[in-house]
Amino acid sequence: MNQLATLPTRKDEDFRYSDLDALAGVWPVAREEIVVAAGASEAMQVCELGDGNVARHLAVNVEPGASFDLRLLNAGPAFGRIAVDVTLKQGAQFTLGAAQLGAGSQTLEIVTEVTHAGPDATSRQMVRSVLAGHATGTYLGRIVVARGADGTDADLSVRAMLLERTATANARPELEIFADDVKAAHGCAVGELDAAGLFYLQSRGLPPPIAKRLMLQAFIAEAFTGAPDEEAMSEAALARLEALL
Amino acid sequence: MLKINNLHATVGDKPILKGLSLTVNAGEIHAVMGPNGAGKSTLSYVLGGRPGYEVTGGSATLDGRDLLALEPHERAATGLFLGFQYPVEIPGVSFVQFLREAANAQRAGRGEEPLSGGEFLKLARAQAGLLKMDMEMLKRPVNVGFSGGEKKRAEMVQMGILDPKFAVLDETDSGLDIDALRVVGEGINAIMRQPGKGVLLITHYQRLLDYVTPDFVHVLADGRIVKTGGPELAHVLEEQGYEAVAA
Ligand SMILES: Nc1ncnc2c1ncn2[C@@H]1O[C@H](COP(=O)(O)OP(=O)(O)OP(=O)(O)O)[C@@H](O)[C@H]1O
Ligand SMILES: [Mg+2]
Repeated sequence: MNQLATLPTRKDEDFRYSDLDALAGVWPVAREEIVVAAGASEAMQVCELGDGNVARHLAVNVEPGASFDLRLLNAGPAFGRIAVDVTLKQGAQFTLGAAQLGAGSQTLEIVTEVTHAGPDATSRQMVRSVLAGHATGTYLGRIVVARGADGTDADLSVRAMLLERTATANARPELEIFADDVKAAHGCAVGELDAAGLFYLQSRGLPPPIAKRLMLQAFIAEAFTGAPDEEAMSEAALARLEALL
Repeated sequence: MLKINNLHATVGDKPILKGLSLTVNAGEIHAVMGPNGAGKSTLSYVLGGRPGYEVTGGSATLDGRDLLALEPHERAATGLFLGFQYPVEIPGVSFVQFLREAANAQRAGRGEEPLSGGEFLKLARAQAGLLKMDMEMLKRPVNVGFSGGEKKRAEMVQMGILDPKFAVLDETDSGLDIDALRVVGEGINAIMRQPGKGVLLITHYQRLLDYVTPDFVHVLADGRIVKTGGPELAHVLEEQGYEAVAA
């Protein structure tokens, strides 16, 4: 995904579900280049909690033997788009834990393209979306395993929870594999809160908003488990969840 | 205390309860027995207010309060507890986490002070001990990976913590081993055999009733109470079956 000079249209696959009017207001999007030096370990947290329109584009190079841990909380903006391109060299590791929490008429999107450029690299991506009202949450995730990137281990787990039928979740995981001996797994599910669980908690005396909040907290917790700043991110997510319910 | 009068209810438009009447006075324990599919679990869900169980007629009150007009959590706050036939697994939410919030939500509903973290843990530990359940299990996600018997025991620990006025226990004995059955029976007596409390004990077997002696035994068949007797009725049912007794 290269930087586009002109404003994208609906025909651009990566912008199919975007809010193009909102995008026009923040276009062009500067690329934020990040290089993780060979053998180094780095972590980054991105929390979008403000209510203006935001579009970000991270381009990350993870050099041989290096690891990068990225956590995203995309919750505040009316239009919030976070695109992440990651290139993994030999033996590199990449972890993504992301949560999108939307209500009202928010349009939130996370778009990732992870390229396993060298052999024996590992990527673990987990994206959780909670959508209420008329919100739209999109996750587009491409994993490319380049020629020669044998021994790749790529895992992608995408789940969205719709709190109301008026909300929309889009998910499109894609795999392109040009190497051998590749382990690639992806799971993708859109659902609603388990009604039986909700009734069980309610029958014990929990009012519905608290019961829902507990279940949703558990649902998104996975995205932040093990993050260097796990507590702060979980708290920020919790505050946003409470506002949604 | 619990008064059910001519209750009618449907599930997915199918009539299940067809004019069920039952009164449990304070201090009493009533057993409800009946064939599979008779509507026993439906009765417990209707009393608890489970979505999808639609009341089409009749009434149910607890100490004069119209249960059917309340939300499920409000019914809990008035002192109703449901012991589930199939306790639900809730990934990622621990017992201690949700029970403290539940206990405090109920207390708030009654205008009582909330329990502190320490007070709650003390209470939870005592109730787990009563049911001989390892406190560590209560720190795990709700019912996830619990055996059938452990789930039932955990239901009773929850009942002990929430200290309800009235409990509807749906086949709490099924899935329990012989020793657990005694522990659970004793737990039910300790928690609920008190003046001002009442229990509806749904069961298929006489065994639990050896530990928890009911004041009355009812036979529920085809959505109605078709026969009522004393504790001896359970023995007769066990020997002769429903068809002979309830015909
Ligand atoms: N969602 C549903 N749609 C249609 N029928 C239902 C539904 N749920 C339950 N029923 C039916 O309602 C009837 C009563 O079920 P219920 O679970 O109350 O029986 P029960 O007396 O508890 O039986 P058991 O002893 O096996 O636990 C059954 O015939 C069952 O198939
Ligand atoms: Mg049943």
